[in-house]
Amino acid sequence: MLVSMNWIRDFVDLEGFDIDALIHRFTLSTAEVEEVYHYGENTNNVVVAQIISVENHPNSKKLHLLKIDAGDKTYDCVCGAPNVREGMKVAFAKEGGSVNGFAINKASIAGYDSYGMCCSEAELGISADNSGIMEITDDIPLGTDLKSVYEIEDIVFEVDNKSLTNRPDLWGHYGIAREFSALTGNPLKPIERVDTSVYNNLPPVNIDIEDTEHCYRYSGIKVDNVTKHVSPVNMRIRLFYCGSRAINLLADLTNYLMMEVGQPMHAFDRRKVDCVEIKRFDTPFKFKTLDGNERDIDENTLMICSNNTPVAIGGIMGGLDSEIEDDTTSLLLESANFDGVCIRKSSQRLGLRTDASMRYEKMIDPEITVVAIERFLKLLFDIDPNVQVVSSLSDSYVYKYGKIELTFDKSYVDRYTGIEISDEQIISTLTSLGFNVKHEGSTFDVTVPSWRATKDVTIKADIIEEITRIYGYDNFKITTTLSPLRPVRKSVNKSDEYYAKDLLVEKFNLHEIHSYIWADSKKFSDINVDVEDNVKLLNSINPDHVVLRNCMVPTLLTVVNENKSFGTEYGVFEIARVVDGLKQDGTCNERKKLGIVLVSRNCSEKSLFFRLRDMILLMVANLRHKAVKFEHVDACHNWQHPVNTAQISIDGKKLGFISTLHPLTAIKIDKKAAIVCAEIDMDSFAEIEKAELDYVEPSKFPGIDIDLTILRNSDMTYKTVEKIIVENGGQYLNSVKVTDIYDGAISSITLRLSFSSPDRTLAMNEIQDVVFGKIIPGLEESGILLKK
Amino acid sequence: MEKKIAQIIDNFAEAAKNATDSASVEKLRVAFLGKKGEISELMKDLKSAPSEQKKAFGQKINQLKKDVEARLVELTATIEQKELEALINSTESYDVTMPSRVETGSYHPITLIQREVEDIFAAMGFTIEDYDEIVDDYHCFEALNIPKHHPARDMQDTYYLDNGQLLKTHTSAAQNAIMRKYGAPLRAIFPGRCFRNEAIDACHENTFFQMEGIMIDKDISISNLIYFMKTMLSEVFQRDVQVRLRPGFFPFVEPGFELDISCQVCGGTGCPSCKNSGWLELCPCGMIHPNVLTAGGIDPEEYTGFAFGLGLTRLAMMKYGVKDIRTFNSGNLKALSQFESL
Repeated sequence: MLVSMNWIRDFVDLEGFDIDALIHRFTLSTAEVEEVYHYGENTNNVVVAQIISVENHPNSKKLHLLKIDAGDKTYDCVCGAPNVREGMKVAFAKEGGSVNGFAINKASIAGYDSYGMCCSEAELGISADNSGIMEITDDIPLGTDLKSVYEIEDIVFEVDNKSLTNRPDLWGHYGIAREFSALTGNPLKPIERVDTSVYNNLPPVNIDIEDTEHCYRYSGIKVDNVTKHVSPVNMRIRLFYCGSRAINLLADLTNYLMMEVGQPMHAFDRRKVDCVEIKRFDTPFKFKTLDGNERDIDENTLMICSNNTPVAIGGIMGGLDSEIEDDTTSLLLESANFDGVCIRKSSQRLGLRTDASMRYEKMIDPEITVVAIERFLKLLFDIDPNVQVVSSLSDSYVYKYGKIELTFDKSYVDRYTGIEISDEQIISTLTSLGFNVKHEGSTFDVTVPSWRATKDVTIKADIIEEITRIYGYDNFKITTTLSPLRPVRKSVNKSDEYYAKDLLVEKFNLHEIHSYIWADSKKFSDINVDVEDNVKLLNSINPDHVVLRNCMVPTLLTVVNENKSFGTEYGVFEIARVVDGLKQDGTCNERKKLGIVLVSRNCSEKSLFFRLRDMILLMVANLRHKAVKFEHVDACHNWQHPVNTAQISIDGKKLGFISTLHPLTAIKIDKKAAIVCAEIDMDSFAEIEKAELDYVEPSKFPGIDIDLTILRNSDMTYKTVEKIIVENGGQYLNSVKVTDIYDGAISSITLRLSFSSPDRTLAMNEIQDVVFGKIIPGLEESGILLKK
Repeated sequence: MEKKIAQIIDNFAEAAKNATDSASVEKLRVAFLGKKGEISELMKDLKSAPSEQKKAFGQKINQLKKDVEARLVELTATIEQKELEALINSTESYDVTMPSRVETGSYHPITLIQREVEDIFAAMGFTIEDYDEIVDDYHCFEALNIPKHHPARDMQDTYYLDNGQLLKTHTSAAQNAIMRKYGAPLRAIFPGRCFRNEAIDACHENTFFQMEGIMIDKDISISNLIYFMKTMLSEVFQRDVQVRLRPGFFPFVEPGFELDISCQVCGGTGCPSCKNSGWLELCPCGMIHPNVLTAGGIDPEEYTGFAFGLGLTRLAMMKYGVKDIRTFNSGNLKALSQFESL
């Protein structure tokens, strides 16, 4: 919203204050000022002057040679404006002056000297009108400095609308002036208005509020005999500086009032609207608003009607048919208050957000409808003394907000602020903001003014804000808390996550990435990954992002697919959330999972698979001192390889999987690369208890190592071999380790069996007895043969 | 005999001239001092010398032996020195400017910034909490004093799910659960991923990280809040940071503030980054609204507290100079692999 300081000065005396500093204070105490504009500063020596004569320029069809009486003397001026005429009063920038920073010098134009410039309103910066030079119709002596009669010079600041969301009272200059009054300590002047009680005997306006739920108050009055149609210059300048544009007197006045007191108003042409009903319609229909657009009205939209004909969308925009026209002399003035939520929803539905609807959304004070009408009349009478009020001020006030009274103790303020603010300061601040304060002992009884009582100030903590913001947060003495020391809890889940990341990044050189919680159906289909049914977003603006992901790997695969130029061998991982369907109570089964994908063009899929498996083993060994069980399972996603998909579990608890890719997915990503992936449920992992580190005192006596080379066959797993050896190894078998794996025509695996005793040196023959008498026969029994 | 001794001295001097490496010195030693060396041979001659001269000759031969030995030590030292110099001089000088070929992994920049900030808070006695990304209307809005139809809900374009839940729009969604879990007094931070249903561009993301913090105790005041924010942010930015508070509206705090810090680019003198104001809007904060405390099972008459939200994604952009917010979720390893270590 744009705020004119000239306008503010109508209501509070700011003489002697540095205006820029005050605006800065406003930022710190009320709402953020985004921009400050200094208008008219660089316009000088522009005076009211009169064109004495107009001659055609001999060398140009467009130019004229003017003689101009600027009060002090007559100037020659070459002017290109189409609307010049003898006797016209103009804004004349004299030689040596400047117009909006543009220096006016003596110039030769097409062979003729010109000693000044007749300015258009656009050149002066006071409107967008550049169709011709400004014509001055007011009775002002020639030679008068234009800036002394018109408010060309002004400081205007822009407040971020968002920061006014909770302050309905700040949507007009009068409310902002109240803030400046509180900030400066200078009193806020009352709004000058007419007393409408003198019209009480006139016939009323027929106002019928059918929808009493959404229309809180409707005030109206009828006025005849409007003869003026153009607004005064200063009013037009203010409207323009505040982002509006002049249309005609009546429309301008409604806008002016909205900007001044914050009350949206609407002027109906009485030829079309003579009484009003406020209601909703059961059946949808089309309605043309005054911007010329056809709107779809549904059963939730509040309409203003006259004799059952819709004439305006309540609180949003008037209709085209009943709009004020240039020849309108008679009007019905609306000043109403509606339910903010209803207006906001309608405005969203219609895609039509207006200055009026924005204000109603904020739940403006219903008390000001009559004030706005009385102010409107005051301004209208000043401009056009001939107008006649032809009805009583009719007011249907169906919903009143409750009065809010708050009681608090000085100690509450002290505790909440942590600083000392005096009783006097509390009282003067609240009073200047319009609160009624009663102070007895240490207790304050405060009545919230109507313009703050629609939603904004409801509890005593709200009062703290009023006191402290005017006190100024930069004036606060700041102190540390005096809270006692307490131990800090650290969650298991968190430290697992930290460690896993460190291990994967620092030891295995993987890259951590972030992705989205939803499946990207486009990117998935590019690599033949099905989007599996899961919880869906209802209102995603991207049709490809609808289904939430149930697994980390597919998103990581899309990342790999998009990083083909990154390197020949790398890995990515992410710890993030997936949704594994719904829980019994219908809420999402949200799981935190670690996903890893390794890619290599340098090594075989098999060795990459084991590299990934070892990462998992190491992670679990380090975090829980436990062994991981891997076992082949059927693929459960279309992108998993049907043969090499293995389940990961610890202590019988399923944790995730490790797998290679289905050829149909692998081929889409990179024909030449091996890709393997794994996923671990970090939430489940967190539930696994950490085992104590298993320490074995090393034997002081030398041990005996025996190497066995075993021929491998396809249906033998290492685990079975190891199991048989351990079962038959006797008490002195300490460890079984793989020392060599040979993959060839006849594959073999070499194991080193270490035997030792904690209390004596073992004899070779007793160990040979175990190996040849038990272990080897045991293996052979299961069809496992030793290499000869 | 004397002639022989003089001869040996001459021979040795002559031979020593040609001894240029340790091998030839060794040869020299063997030739003169070895069992069959010239001096040993001389000793044999001593037997046949006249007995009255034996003593004198013996002394002379011994002297000769000592002289030769001393000379050999001298020679060895010189040659070792020369050889050492030759060894050093022949050593290859390595090109230390060769690029490293050690492979490294990388952390996501959000992880880096998050750990840094978490460490600061842990040091100040804050519990670090983890919280769901999928929440219900109550936790995201109602419990935070944002009733139905509240315009604040429009400000936060929410992703709704077909099971009635929603993706949390702010980390504040965890406030209620954490208050319920620990009660007062309480100091906790809860970093997390948040979601807003809006179009994305270089400055807007629908998926981003925030970190919320709350501190609740008896007599926590606005004065404490300002002190805390200044201390905390000075730690985060590793320098004395000036802060200023402006009124800001958030339904879950009262009073609510927008906190600005002195611009870290220009130091507060004004630059394009801070739109010449010298201040950067950094984080919303405020005194926790009594309704929020009540909803969390904490008596607002007994306890007060403050809450603040830090935009971790924004902080990472500021800290690392990331210009396009989409980089974070892009999975683009050319960008992300640069964040190599903690």
